[in-house]
Amino acid sequence: MIRTAWLVAKKDLLIERRSRVLLWQVVPFGAIALLLSGLALGPTHAGHSSAGPGLFYLVMLFVALLMINRSYVIESTPGTRASVQTLGLDPAGVFLGKSLALCVELWLSGLVLLAGTVLVLHTALHGALLALPSVLVTLAAMAAAGTLYGALTAGGEGAATLLPVLTLPAFAPLLVAGERSFSAALTHSGLWEWWLILAVALVAYVGVGILLYGVLEES
Amino acid sequence: MPKGLVVALREAVVLSSGFPLLSGVNLELEAQSLSVITGANGAGKTSLLRLLAGLVSLSSGEGTVAGVDLAKGDLRQLRRRVGWLGHEGSFYNDLSVRENLVFAASALARPLKDIDSVLERVGLRSRLETTTKALSAGQRRRLGLAWLLLRRAELWLLDEPYASLDEQGRVFFDALLADVVDAGATVILSAHDPLRSATLRPRQIVLRGGRVESDDS
Amino acid sequence: MIKQLSQRLLGPVTLLLLVLTFWLGLWVTPPDRIQGNLVRMLYVHPAVAWVALYVSFGTATIASVLYLWKRTRSGTLDRVAHCAMEVSVVFIVLTLITGSIWGRPTWGVWWAWDARLTSTAILGVLAIGYLALRRANDDPVLRARRSAVFAIVSAINVPIIHFSVQWWKTLHQGATVFTSNRQLLVHGSMAWTLLLSFLGFTLLFFWLLRARYRLEVLREETQRATLDLALEMRQREGAR
Repeated sequence: MIRTAWLVAKKDLLIERRSRVLLWQVVPFGAIALLLSGLALGPTHAGHSSAGPGLFYLVMLFVALLMINRSYVIESTPGTRASVQTLGLDPAGVFLGKSLALCVELWLSGLVLLAGTVLVLHTALHGALLALPSVLVTLAAMAAAGTLYGALTAGGEGAATLLPVLTLPAFAPLLVAGERSFSAALTHSGLWEWWLILAVALVAYVGVGILLYGVLEES
Repeated sequence: MPKGLVVALREAVVLSSGFPLLSGVNLELEAQSLSVITGANGAGKTSLLRLLAGLVSLSSGEGTVAGVDLAKGDLRQLRRRVGWLGHEGSFYNDLSVRENLVFAASALARPLKDIDSVLERVGLRSRLETTTKALSAGQRRRLGLAWLLLRRAELWLLDEPYASLDEQGRVFFDALLADVVDAGATVILSAHDPLRSATLRPRQIVLRGGRVESDDS
Repeated sequence: MIKQLSQRLLGPVTLLLLVLTFWLGLWVTPPDRIQGNLVRMLYVHPAVAWVALYVSFGTATIASVLYLWKRTRSGTLDRVAHCAMEVSVVFIVLTLITGSIWGRPTWGVWWAWDARLTSTAILGVLAIGYLALRRANDDPVLRARRSAVFAIVSAINVPIIHFSVQWWKTLHQGATVFTSNRQLLVHGSMAWTLLLSFLGFTLLFFWLLRARYRLEVLREETQRATLDLALEMRQREGAR
């Protein structure tokens, strides 16, 4: 399982390095979404709003949706899909590998957008750095959940439009827990509940993914 | 299923959105044989190959392929024993020729040193570092073959493999198929027209309307 | 014999219980000291929410788990899961509507950022997502497996969503019917009416589920007849 996970993660990241979709399409999308968030707040609030953490996560949700979709588009051309299916890869390993690659991609875009939040929305740098561990865990949970939901919609009719409908409700607790723990870091107050929610969500999604990913691949 | 048969289908039906792609196929194929499935567009050639590869489920009827029951068996087991070459290409477009084959070889736990010899055999050695999307249609087909040679599958399912091949490519492909069958594999391929080969004498199966219309066995 | 009888009686008993609930709820039970006549929502909203959140979603989840378990896998369970989820959507929408009607005079707003309200709304989107996922897949085996996995993952998600929103902010009143140490908070005719409403709406769920299931079986039979025709046409294509 670990060998397959490593192989799949390496392959997905290599494809990303070649295609540069993250660099040239997804991160710029995140940046403009962050700027638009500032514009939506209005000139009075854009520079000194407490909404920074929430807007950061909202933008990250949309970035995650794009990356999940991308993660399955590379597998979805009919010939590739059939050939890879006949390689007989361990499904749990495929799930872990795709989650790992997605997690790395989300971490990279998360770091850029976190810097953007500090720069554009004037979120305190020290607080943002303190929030970094919870940001990384939240994005890891998003990657695991996203990989599972991506597999649920892959190849179906209207996969790109179905994905948000299925995924966003699952992301709601991650958004809440991520935003609260980020805000707590800004005010230097620790709240264990949010860490509990993030940990439970991460463990639940990785566990369910390992157990049930194979069922999705059978047909 | 009698011993020696790799494929045994009885009234096999495959549906897609309520449309019968296959409408009751009866077919038996022996091990270590070469068969060509021909038929007009929409006759059900690709669907039949996909059924045999375990890529689509049987809607009704019975079928056994390489010892796996298509209705009740584990299709993942079947897929592991099949080599598939689709007419769309079989690889990641953003990876180079070498990277695609390293991925396949690693997944199949084959030694990486096999890659060089396989590429030599299909005539793609000089394209080792070329990104797959930059290859011509014929070269992509050769890469698909290299992927299959790495697999050493017992059942080869090739969807219109002669498309996009020049005369030299066809001769090369005829020789390769003869070798594969000699080595013990069973090969089933689809084609628009009956095979024009000077060396191969395959069994010709004609499909029409999702059923076998004629079979020269 | 008993099965036949219970099936025959399900509809009339459901109707009787609901009529009784409405009669007791509207005319017999007294108005509340603080809430006045608004308390009569107590005989609709909690029971509808109970069916939406536990009975129907629970039925769909259990049927999905049993479908994925190879020993019990059958088309019947997939159908039950699908039909229960459809009925669930109806009850979730009713829960939100009755909750809003009750919430408007109590909280002063139609929508409040309350844990139960928000998590019920998210649950509604999950249930709609389940139905959308079914529509997106033609292959019946793939459809059944994907939707079963989605139902299970959604069920796991529900408590996570609930606690996250509850800890985020909560306005909703605590337990309505029981105290935390399981002592009954309502008494007399109000308690009986409440009990009847729970029974009535639970039976209504099973009656709707059975009706929807029958409809699904009929739809599949019609589809099979259409399929026979399509097969014949396809085979004739071959005989041309």
